[in-house]
Amino acid sequence: MIELTELRKEFAGVTALDGITLSVAEGEIHGIVGRSGAGKSTLIRCLTGLERSTSGSASIDGVDITALSGARLRESRRSIGMVFQHANLLDSRTALENVEHPLQVAGMKRAERRSRALELLDLVGLTDRADNHPAQLSGGQQQRVGIARALASEPKILLCDEPTSALDTQTTGQILGLIASLRDRLGITVLIITHEMSVVREICDAATLLENGAVTQTGSLSAILADPGSPLAKDLVPLPHVPHDPDRFTLEVALAGTPLTTVFDLAARAGAPIASVESGTLETIGGSQVGRLRITCTDLRTRDDLETALRSGGIHVEAAA
Amino acid sequence: MTTDRPTWFENPAIRIELWPALGETLLMTVFATAFAIIAGLPLGVWLYMTAKDSLTENAVVYRVVSAVVDIGRSIPFIILMIALIPFARFVTGSALGWQATVVSLTVSAIPFYARLVEASLREVATGKIEAVQMMGAGNWQLVRQVLVPEALPGLVSGATVTAVALVSYTAMAGAVGGGGLGALAISYGYQRYQTDTMLACIVLLVACVALLQLLGDLLARTVDHRA
Repeated sequence: MIELTELRKEFAGVTALDGITLSVAEGEIHGIVGRSGAGKSTLIRCLTGLERSTSGSASIDGVDITALSGARLRESRRSIGMVFQHANLLDSRTALENVEHPLQVAGMKRAERRSRALELLDLVGLTDRADNHPAQLSGGQQQRVGIARALASEPKILLCDEPTSALDTQTTGQILGLIASLRDRLGITVLIITHEMSVVREICDAATLLENGAVTQTGSLSAILADPGSPLAKDLVPLPHVPHDPDRFTLEVALAGTPLTTVFDLAARAGAPIASVESGTLETIGGSQVGRLRITCTDLRTRDDLETALRSGGIHVEAAA
Repeated sequence: MTTDRPTWFENPAIRIELWPALGETLLMTVFATAFAIIAGLPLGVWLYMTAKDSLTENAVVYRVVSAVVDIGRSIPFIILMIALIPFARFVTGSALGWQATVVSLTVSAIPFYARLVEASLREVATGKIEAVQMMGAGNWQLVRQVLVPEALPGLVSGATVTAVALVSYTAMAGAVGGGGLGALAISYGYQRYQTDTMLACIVLLVACVALLQLLGDLLARTVDHRA
C-alpha cells in the first residue's frame, strides 16, 4: 500500500533521509520509531508532498507522490488521512465543522457533509461535543476530532505523526484503541510515527527503526521479536540494568515463544544451575509470549556449558552489558 | 480676545456647529476604515503569501509591494494629504470637505492596515495550514477557510487600531480644509481662542476613540474562539 524506494532528502548539505526503502502492506498498522532527529517527520512530510524529496520515490496505492504537483498532488492527498501531534484543528470552527472541512474542500453539499460528519463524530464517540470549539475540548477529545476529520474523505491510508505524544498515558491508550478499532472496522492502512515504544507494543503489526535518516531494522513484530538480539527487540522488551559482581557471571537471555521454565530445565541439565534472576520482563506482544531475563550463576566454570545448552534450546543468549 | 461672548451651549460654534462636525468625523472615520479594510486586507494577504517560506513565496513581488507599503506609511499624513489634493478633487469633485479628506485618509490607512493584516496572518500556526493542505485544499481555499477565519480576532483588533488612528488623522485634516471636529477645534478653539469650543471638541474626540475601542474589543471577543 505504501512503498518507499531509495527516498532521500537533503536540507542544505544535511542528509535527513539517506535512501529509505520500506513497504507497508494493506490493512497493516506500521510503526516508525526513532529518536528525535532520526528523520521520522521528514519521512512523513515527503510521503505527503508537504516536503519535496531530493530523490527516490514514495508511492501510495501505486501513485508516486514525489512525482506529483499542483492539482494532481491535491487530488491524491484526499486519499490520505493525516493525524498530527497537536490535533491542528481550526479554532474558528466547531468540532462538527472541523470534521466537515475535508468534505467542504472536496465540494460536497452542506446537508450531505453535515450528516456524514455527524456519523464520524459518532464513530469517535463525540456526538455530544459537535457544537463545541476545540478550546472547549480536552487534548484527547481534540485528537479524536482530528481522527474523525482525517477519516472524513474515506482515505485508504491514515498517517499519524506522533498522535499520542502530547497526551497522558490513559488518553494514549484510548486513542491507540480507537486507531486499532478503525483499522479492524474500515480495513484502513495505518502508518504511525512515534518515539514511544509502548505505541508499537500496543497496536503495531510491523515496525521500522530509523537512525540517522536510515532504516536499521524493519519487519513484522513477530519477526522482530524472534530476533531478540536486534535493536528493536531490545527496545520493545527493555531490561533494567544490574550492578556487576566479579564473583558471578551474568547472561542476558531472550525468549521468543519459548516458555520460561525451559531456561531453568536446560540450565539444570547442563549442570549450571541458575543462582538468581536479577531482572526480567515477560509479556505477550502480537499474540506470542516474549521476554528478556538477566540471569546470574555463581560457578564461573559452567559459563560455556550454560551458553551452549541454552542456544541449543533455541534461546538467544549474550553476555550482559 | 473677547470675554463677553456667549460661552458653552450659548456659543453658536458649539450650539450649531459641534454636532454636524461630530457627524463628519464619524463619517470620515467609518468610510476611511471601511475602504482601508477593503483594500488593506487583500494587500496584507498578498504580502503574507509572497513572503519568504510562505505559500507562494516570491522575493521580487514581496520586496516591491513591501517597499510601496513602507513608503506609504512613512510619508507624514499632513504632507500626503496636500500631495493628494488633485487626486481627491478627481475622485470627489472637491479638494475641501470631509469627502475629500476620506480619500487621503484611506490612502494613508491602507498600507498601515495591510501590515497589521500580514502580522496577524503570520500568527496562524503552520500546522493548521498543513492540516488543510492535506485535505487537498488549494491556496485560495487556504486563504478563505484557514488564514482569514483563524486570524479574524487579530484582523478585527487591527481594524480597531486603524480606526482609532484615523480619528486623530481626521483632526489633523481639519488644518488643511477637511471637515469634522478637528476643523472646528482649529478654526474656533485655536484661531479664535475659544477654549470652550476646543474643550468640547477634545471631549467628543476622546469619546469617539473610547467608543471605537469598546466596539472593536467587543467584536474581537465575539469572533475569538481560542479560549
